[in-house]
Amino acid sequence: MQKVERAQQLLASPEFKHLVAARWSFSLRMTFVMLIIYFGFILAVGFGKALLAVKIGAHLNIGLGVGLGVIVLAWAMTGIYVHWANTKHDAKVKLLIDRLNAADSLSD
Amino acid sequence: MLIILQQLPTSLGSPNLVSIAMFFAFVAVTMYITYWAAKKTKTTSEFYAAGRSITGFQNGLALAGDYMSAASFLGIAGMVAMKGYDGLIYSIGFLVGWPLIMFLIAEPLRNLGKYTFADVVAFRLRQRPVRIASSIGTLFTITFYLIAQMVGAGGLIQTLFGLPYSAAVIIVGAVMIGYVLFGGMLATTWVQIIKAVLLLGGATVLVVLTLSHFSFSPTQLFNAAAAKYSDAVLQPGSFVKNPWDAVSLGLALMLGTAGLPHILMRFYTVPDAKAARQSVFVATGFIGYFYILTFIIGFGAMVLVGQESIAALDKGGNMAALLLAETVGGSAFLGFIAAVAFATILAVVAGLTLSGATAISHDLYVNVIKRGVSDEKGEVKVAKAATISLGVMAIVLGLVFQGQNVAFMVGLAFAIAASANLPSLLLSILWKNLTTQGAVASIVVGTILAIGFIVISPTIMVDVLGYPEAIFPLKNPAIVSIPGSFLTAWVVSLLGREPEARERFEQEKLRSYLGVGAE
Repeated sequence: MQKVERAQQLLASPEFKHLVAARWSFSLRMTFVMLIIYFGFILAVGFGKALLAVKIGAHLNIGLGVGLGVIVLAWAMTGIYVHWANTKHDAKVKLLIDRLNAADSLSD
Repeated sequence: MLIILQQLPTSLGSPNLVSIAMFFAFVAVTMYITYWAAKKTKTTSEFYAAGRSITGFQNGLALAGDYMSAASFLGIAGMVAMKGYDGLIYSIGFLVGWPLIMFLIAEPLRNLGKYTFADVVAFRLRQRPVRIASSIGTLFTITFYLIAQMVGAGGLIQTLFGLPYSAAVIIVGAVMIGYVLFGGMLATTWVQIIKAVLLLGGATVLVVLTLSHFSFSPTQLFNAAAAKYSDAVLQPGSFVKNPWDAVSLGLALMLGTAGLPHILMRFYTVPDAKAARQSVFVATGFIGYFYILTFIIGFGAMVLVGQESIAALDKGGNMAALLLAETVGGSAFLGFIAAVAFATILAVVAGLTLSGATAISHDLYVNVIKRGVSDEKGEVKVAKAATISLGVMAIVLGLVFQGQNVAFMVGLAFAIAASANLPSLLLSILWKNLTTQGAVASIVVGTILAIGFIVISPTIMVDVLGYPEAIFPLKNPAIVSIPGSFLTAWVVSLLGREPEARERFEQEKLRSYLGVGAE
């Protein structure tokens, strides 16, 4: 089987389509969460000043914790993505690449 | 300014031996690296992409270094010192673009491109029009960013060392041209890494020294600040007065980060998409850590130096971090931090210049003029010539804009990156029906809207030109220019048809998702 045909078959295969769909589903959901976190923070700062000013102790307030939390969350989300990609996503990618190349040794 | 400095108990403004010595040491080490890199930089792959020899972790540091400019270190620390919590809100905007790069851009960018993001946009479209348009977007972004950096550099060195402004600008320009010309991406990457380590290390020491005055408790520091200046400094202030302003700025920062040419270019220095992912994780971590540091530094300066002293030197508070360094560590430590700030400027302008030179040689010369046929030696020569031209242009612009209020240019650069560069890049990856004309139109319209709306915004009309009111109420054009750009791409693409581009979208998937055939 020619390489071009194998590539076409792979592109049309349900596994490949599933890979693409799963990747974007995950990415877009993560993006959406990040947007909510950040713009939620902005809205809180714009409209929810009273809530953020609620004190913890003598002078500290919730707003400080929230701000710090957004920074840490942003980083954590990149970590979550890398973990997902390194485990679930890359495994599927490897399977598909092997399939593309394995046929090489079989046919010629 | 120098008169005021002489009246204040600070050694800022007079040549500081430690600082000069450290600065020369930095330049010497980085020149040696440039010499080492020059021997390895003969091919285009080496000049543009460091021969893809950079690891994920190293690239993460380099990316963070590229992003943590002197403006953000001094500017954000200053903003926190003068306004408190508002500085944190501002810095968070700069951080959150990175997760978006991770989720949407990093892997397809690395897999589909070779040296620049224009490679990706032009992947399945007609090369010449897209390359020309992407280069325009790149060069506009780079130019505004460069002007802001050069003017900031000149002013900073003049304040720190008492050197005349023009001498400062010329020195920065000359050294920067040296790095890029002889060492290409390999040299600039390692200069960024060294600078990032120095900056993060220096800032960490500054924080530790500062907190030692507060029993190593940030809580105590914040309480002291509130006691000295009122609880308001720990709360959001006037930064988000108009929520639309904040949303517009937030959009520019979030999406602009993903469209900065000198940042995107770094993704090609690592071997594959997996390393690209790791780079973003590492970079985000370091940048987040950096903003936590600048937050503490700002409050430290607020309490230990005092807002009055800081404002006396510079209304915007830009000297806050340096004054704090002197207060907690003496003039030797001040010298170190000042040298690091200088190194930071050098490294960032080098990266910007390399990115511009690459757009000229790889995108315009090879793919437009030479129609895709690359003669390695010729291309590297063009890249070097472009480097010199851009470097000279940067110096000239730095001299021309002396004394001007150019802070808005960074915001403008981000807005152009978000409106011109990002939409076509994202749509090229995601949308089957994007056509050549749609991509080109979105880049052109995005650039025009970004520049046009910022000219009629308070940023220019009120702050620079002095009118009482502006035509466009928001300071940042992003909320108009970004959707405008996406809409243009959509409408223009649907009006035309490009079946070849649609077909190639399917083929492109093998490379984009599996990395098959990636360079």
